[in-house]
Amino acid sequence: MENGVEAMRVGLFVTCLVDMMRPRIGFAALKLLEAAGCEVVVPAAQTCCGQPAYNSGDRAAARSLAVKLLDEFEACEYVVAPSGSCAGMVRTHYADLAAADPALARRMAALSAKTYELTDFLVNVAKLARVPGNHVGSITYHDSCAGLRELGIKAQPRALLAQLPGVTLSEMQGAEECCGFGGTFSVKFGEISAAIAEKKCDCIRAAGAAAVVGGDLGCLLNIEGKLRRMGDETTQVLHVAEVLVGGF
Amino acid sequence: MESRSMHFKARAGQKLADVVLQENLKKAKSKFVDMRAKAIVELDDFEATREAAKVLRNRALDDLDLWLEQFEQQATARGATVLWARDGAEICRLAIDIARRHGVTKATKSKSMLSEEAGLNQALAAAGIQPVETDLGEYILQINDNEPPSHIIAPVFHKSKEEISALFARTHGKPAKDDIQALTREAREELRPHFLSAGMGISGGNFLVAETGSVALVTNEGNGRMVTTLPKVHVVITGIEKVIPTLEDLSTLMRLLPRSATGQSISNYFSLLTGVKRPEESDGPEHLYFILVDSGRADMVGGDFAEMLRCIRCGACMNHCPVYQAVGGHAYGWVYPGPMGSVLTPLFTGLENALDLPQAATLCNQCGVVCPVKIPLPDLLRKLREKQMEHRLRPLAERLAFTVWAWVARHPALYALGSKLAVRYLKWLAHDGRRNDRIRVLGMAPEWTQGRDFPAPEGKTFRELYALDTARKTQTTESQA
Repeated sequence: MENGVEAMRVGLFVTCLVDMMRPRIGFAALKLLEAAGCEVVVPAAQTCCGQPAYNSGDRAAARSLAVKLLDEFEACEYVVAPSGSCAGMVRTHYADLAAADPALARRMAALSAKTYELTDFLVNVAKLARVPGNHVGSITYHDSCAGLRELGIKAQPRALLAQLPGVTLSEMQGAEECCGFGGTFSVKFGEISAAIAEKKCDCIRAAGAAAVVGGDLGCLLNIEGKLRRMGDETTQVLHVAEVLVGGF
Repeated sequence: MESRSMHFKARAGQKLADVVLQENLKKAKSKFVDMRAKAIVELDDFEATREAAKVLRNRALDDLDLWLEQFEQQATARGATVLWARDGAEICRLAIDIARRHGVTKATKSKSMLSEEAGLNQALAAAGIQPVETDLGEYILQINDNEPPSHIIAPVFHKSKEEISALFARTHGKPAKDDIQALTREAREELRPHFLSAGMGISGGNFLVAETGSVALVTNEGNGRMVTTLPKVHVVITGIEKVIPTLEDLSTLMRLLPRSATGQSISNYFSLLTGVKRPEESDGPEHLYFILVDSGRADMVGGDFAEMLRCIRCGACMNHCPVYQAVGGHAYGWVYPGPMGSVLTPLFTGLENALDLPQAATLCNQCGVVCPVKIPLPDLLRKLREKQMEHRLRPLAERLAFTVWAWVARHPALYALGSKLAVRYLKWLAHDGRRNDRIRVLGMAPEWTQGRDFPAPEGKTFRELYALDTARKTQTTESQA
């Protein structure tokens, strides 16, 4: 490494949703971490952080997946996920799952402390000097609930996007309000979920940007699905990592 | 009040389809949210005040029995009678006993959520005592065939001015008014004779102060004062968890309550009522009763849901809740709507009688960040979901699905195969001859695609692509070597 500084060894937690639905977000995250000078490992056996089970009240299932993630990522210096929701699960809820076992709780606490949401890590830990992308266009930013209220992700993505000269940010009304996704809520209470999504999409459209950008794929799928159903074929729905690496 | 919380989902659907209600909700929402946002910046340090309020509420609840005992001593020393009710039926029995003892045939009421819990109005009426709601919102509901409230501080949150105007014209037999002042004046004219003729006033209580035996009332309409000072008998009905140790504590909470509730620095009226009327005083009740109610609260002390007892009933959680904003309060089916209701209803009426409520939240935590006493509402909802799982109150298919899914997710080779096949299937579903970027009807999650499309996956998993990528890089390195 230049100047004799050791590269940060980062474990990329791709997240189950990105793995299945939008691999390009995973590759964008990889590229950004490498651009920040990190040595990235992608543990091959990784699956899910357990949040769907945790939020549905199945602690046993959630705990088993938390332990699995711990085993896979414990050796990494940092763990980074392109999701405020999944990073928030590890950072703020894993301790609860390990509460009954002091030895496990100590390991979980260490894991939680070194787990970051992607933009937070790029800005505050890796201090990415230059964003590699060259995206051009107007955007509006949706602040996802878990990232915003569990991890304080608000300024970080905006600071990174501000480095792109071709990007103009047009803030929407109620950017911090929930899009109605809520994980399993979106399929248990589809009608309410879609009604909340509609309000969010009205705000997005009123902002008049070419793309809505966010940091959590769950919200983005919800928003994209609602926009298209509303007949909006033009507003792009993009993950912040995709925008930051540009060209896709 | 009879709970209809089991029908949340069906009622929510009706509410979403109710055009007038949706318009009313939209108007009311921005008002409460914006006014609170403006009001909290008046405090030097809102967050520090929240923390202080949390600490002092915890202190009160940690020794709830001691503070209640002190309250009883102090209130009794000032001429009041303190009675204890285990549940709603006891509230009704005690209130009727008091009314009969004093020969009361009409009782004016200021807001009391506990009397809603108990269905007190119906019980009083059945006992030949006429209850008259005097809070404007509660009055509107009472004359509208005892419609239940849809919000804890704004009971007619769901109604428009036009609907109220028509109701007044119909009930009072006077020409329809179209401005709020005129409507309010009409209600005042209707209520005045009741204020003057009622033998008993019934109120709730925002806080009970242990060191002085006082009850604090926070109101905006002045009706609270009329109810608590004009009749000879005043009955306060409130929950045992409302007790706080000192007046100093009260001042801290009062910095938060009106700001969080209505965005006011201070409510129009704030009453601190202590003891019966003394000889040298010109007004106040000759007889003061406190009915302090358990109704499930004592069981919560020290348990998984103890933090909920800190609640000061401001309503900020529902004002900021995306689900409440979408469906309004009636869908929740009992006294308390929104996030606080989704926690309290299953605890007070039985987990099995409110199965949807703990699930009916996105866990966005907007409620948690606005709560003036820092109740972690999403955590409590999640704990209720855990209880539902433990007691097998979720459908078997759902419980099995999580078990199977978690098992597969612990077996990476199987998981890789499963997810690979799943994305191929979804991609195939997305082909409709014209385009392939969305699924219009998704059989495995029909509720998703009822109201929106399901975007199609790219077609291969990250896992597959990353393995290919790694293999290619290795090959390139080898061929270069």
